[in-house]
Amino acid sequence: MINGWELVIGIEIHAQVKSKSKLFSSSSTEFGSGPNSQVSLVDAAMPGMLPVINKFCVEQAVRSGIGLNAKINNKSIFDRKNYFYQDLPQGYQISQFKDPIVGNGFIEIESEGQSKKIGIERLHLEQDAGKSLHDQDPNLTFVDLNRSGIALMEIVSMPDMKSPDEAVEYVKKVRSILRYLDTCDGNMEQGSLRADVNVSVNKPGDDLGTRCEIKNLNSFKYIHSAIIYEAKRQIKLIESGENIIQETRLYNIDSGETRSMRSKEDAHDYRYFPDPDLLPLILEDDWIKKIRSSIPELPDQKKERFIREYSLSEYDSSVIVSDKSTSDYYEKVVKDRNPKLVTTWVTSELFSVLNKKNLSIDESPISPNHLGELIDNIDSGKISSRQAKDIFEEMCETGESANNIINEKGLSQISDEGELEKLVDNVISSNPENVEKYKNGKDKLFGFFVGEAMKLSKGKANPKVLNELLKSKLNT
Amino acid sequence: MKRNLNFIEASSLLEANETTSVELTKIYLDNIKEAEELNCFNTITAEQALDDAEKSDLRREQGKLKSQFDGIPIGVKDLFCTKNIKTTASSKILSNFVPSYDSAVTQKCIDAGLISLGKLNCDEFAMGSTNKTSYYGPVTNPWKSNKSDAKLVPGGSSGGSAAAVAADLCIASLGTDTGGSIRQPASFTGTVGLKPTYGRVSRWGIIAFASSLDQAGPITKTVEDAAALFEIIAGHDPKDSTSSIKENESFFDNLNSSVKGMKIGIPREFKSDDLPASTQKAWDDCKKLLQNNDAKLIDISLPHTMDALPTYYIIAPAEASSNLARYDGVKYGIREEGENLIEMYEKTRSVGFGDEVKRRILIGTYVLSSGYYDAYYIKAQKIRSLIKNDFNQAFEKVDAILTPSTPSTAFEIENEPNDPVQTYLNDIFTVPINLAGIPAISIPFANDENNLPIGLQLITNSFEEQKLLNIAKNVQDTVNYESVPKNWWQK
Repeated sequence: MINGWELVIGIEIHAQVKSKSKLFSSSSTEFGSGPNSQVSLVDAAMPGMLPVINKFCVEQAVRSGIGLNAKINNKSIFDRKNYFYQDLPQGYQISQFKDPIVGNGFIEIESEGQSKKIGIERLHLEQDAGKSLHDQDPNLTFVDLNRSGIALMEIVSMPDMKSPDEAVEYVKKVRSILRYLDTCDGNMEQGSLRADVNVSVNKPGDDLGTRCEIKNLNSFKYIHSAIIYEAKRQIKLIESGENIIQETRLYNIDSGETRSMRSKEDAHDYRYFPDPDLLPLILEDDWIKKIRSSIPELPDQKKERFIREYSLSEYDSSVIVSDKSTSDYYEKVVKDRNPKLVTTWVTSELFSVLNKKNLSIDESPISPNHLGELIDNIDSGKISSRQAKDIFEEMCETGESANNIINEKGLSQISDEGELEKLVDNVISSNPENVEKYKNGKDKLFGFFVGEAMKLSKGKANPKVLNELLKSKLNT
Repeated sequence: MKRNLNFIEASSLLEANETTSVELTKIYLDNIKEAEELNCFNTITAEQALDDAEKSDLRREQGKLKSQFDGIPIGVKDLFCTKNIKTTASSKILSNFVPSYDSAVTQKCIDAGLISLGKLNCDEFAMGSTNKTSYYGPVTNPWKSNKSDAKLVPGGSSGGSAAAVAADLCIASLGTDTGGSIRQPASFTGTVGLKPTYGRVSRWGIIAFASSLDQAGPITKTVEDAAALFEIIAGHDPKDSTSSIKENESFFDNLNSSVKGMKIGIPREFKSDDLPASTQKAWDDCKKLLQNNDAKLIDISLPHTMDALPTYYIIAPAEASSNLARYDGVKYGIREEGENLIEMYEKTRSVGFGDEVKRRILIGTYVLSSGYYDAYYIKAQKIRSLIKNDFNQAFEKVDAILTPSTPSTAFEIENEPNDPVQTYLNDIFTVPINLAGIPAISIPFANDENNLPIGLQLITNSFEEQKLLNIAKNVQDTVNYESVPKNWWQK
């Protein structure tokens, strides 16, 4: 709600299907190869070429649909979306219009501490276009067709989101689910996942306002600020008595503003019709069932399980499961270890290092095994928490294992009672006066004995064992 | 050597070492040269053909023949992509296009050892029934009326393919048929033209006109030849999603000509007072012939076929408007530079396409436009399924259907009606077959009063090409009609 106006937001996510080859050809989909190095005759729309559906991409779409709690349609149809552009070699994009592969579904997001359902209208498969490079030559446009024909999933939400936060949560959640399913790598910088956001505003109780679509947002930050800008723009227009024109807008990341790209009147007539080169896509129930049975644990289920099995707080659990790699990392560390200790080390120490260095969990300088080893040493009392933090820092710098650092520096804590007893006896026999005072009731001197013993151990004495020994010796 | 060799005769001569592939190829290259006036070929690949023929002869010597038809020279419609050989679809827009690949069909011909003599003229992008829409000019029918010296159309769109076989410029040829483009020119030139079941022959590498209707097939001198060449080019292709998984059959070996006990349907809707008397007579004579050979005639009704022509002229242009979008001056073919992208598109496509192609792109774009889509495209699809249903019901009662192939025999090149719809009427008997996706064959049956060949069309249910060829052979063998034009073009 902004100044008494309600926001209504719907989102179309374009997610690149994780697949080695394209939707209708066998060309590679690898990112970052030389221009036009991954282009088959089909991708370049040479005369007489025909598309053949990539079964794996279909499987990925079905998997995604299941992850979005959606209906999988046994029959779907590929249509041609006709328009001319230099990076669209066929002169049409093969997409799904009336009969998508996936129908209604929903996901749950967190909004203001509450769980909220966001409806999914559909998911369909389509081809990506190539890329136009306008900056290579003053007079010419260059075309790179490596991306031409790569499979995309377009995931269309219901207009169920009411705030930029909810919109971001929604995209985050969809991204997380796709990454859990391994159907999209979710890399927004490389454009593997991008969002078109529809925004409208209305007064509570009024009909929905006219919407504008902001195209091609490829970060959570941009989604958030584009929505705020757009909502404010619309409110200002309405309040000054003007009408909102339904149109497509572009977000300028430098100015933080949206500007008109084309109005509804200028919209293309795409002349959709079923692609006669492709038969309807028929999916057998058994095949869908087989895919369903192979679906891994998804974020919501994992969150519940982590709370149950590892006594995580609601908050810690949702932070850890929001990213599949993080949850995988966590589970590797927590296996057969003290969950509380592991959670603290992962969510505070590790996350703060990653944040500081701007690294993803996959790039973590400390492997799960190494972190586990460090935690083992803390849990067994071999090192103190204080020592652990120093070791952790060194591990970050060098990538060494905890055990190696402990051994190398002789950092391990002295917990052996026999060894500590000698120290304690030494302190007691060297300070007869203080012992006398203590025994006469000067309790505060206990700290003095601890300090002396620590000094003798060069700080390596296990404080807990040392305390107990001192107490029992002094009190007899 | 005997003139006008067919496939079977040529392979016998080769087998008996009475000729060589090189010798045959030379003869046919000479024939082609003599018949330049007919304008059958867009590209003649003499060198390549002689080279391939030499290799074929070597294979024969070594006993390593690729097939029993190894070494036989054929012609290929310029709609099939051929590796390193210019492929134009008889359009200016592709007048410089050299594919790096062979179509599935031409590859199968290469694999069978057939020798391609070159690329045959056709209507631009296979759109037409006169061969007059070709950028390379019209093909002249080798047949002439005995009452006039006027040049006649060979039909279209596979006009070059049909005329070349009729004029003996190749032993057989490959054509494509979207609404009659094999059968109508076969009928106009006294040749045999087979349109297989949709999905029998791979469309991969054939320049698309209307994807849901296009089908490649042979144009030959005899029914046996049609069976042989069809067998070579048919079969499942995983690269064509609409290709049937039906196993290929030995159509040639399994040919027999008995029609005993067969039921032949005569659709009452195809009867018309407008039909020329000679065509009506040929049709009636063929009915009698089949009856005499112990087939039974059955009166049937195909009520929706009367709407086939308008249905076809919505669906085919709709698909074409989209299929031809790729010819935009960006990637291949000709480009006319412009101030900006849109201007480049407009200039390239204005210059690159001929009038008939433009007309169909416009019609197709119109019928797919929002607001018109339901009224035209969706309605046409509904009628298409009614037509298909008509045939399904008919084939519950009959083995095959007999009709004329065309409403007239070949007409004068200069005498084409100005109204394109009149020209479209040429396809009235052939179009319903493409809409239904079933196979049909046109065979020469008699001459009309002007001494021009009349073709009759036989139709069977999907994947019943064997039955179709058998009945056609029965008619061919019984009527014993010798359809060879006078070779007036030879000086």
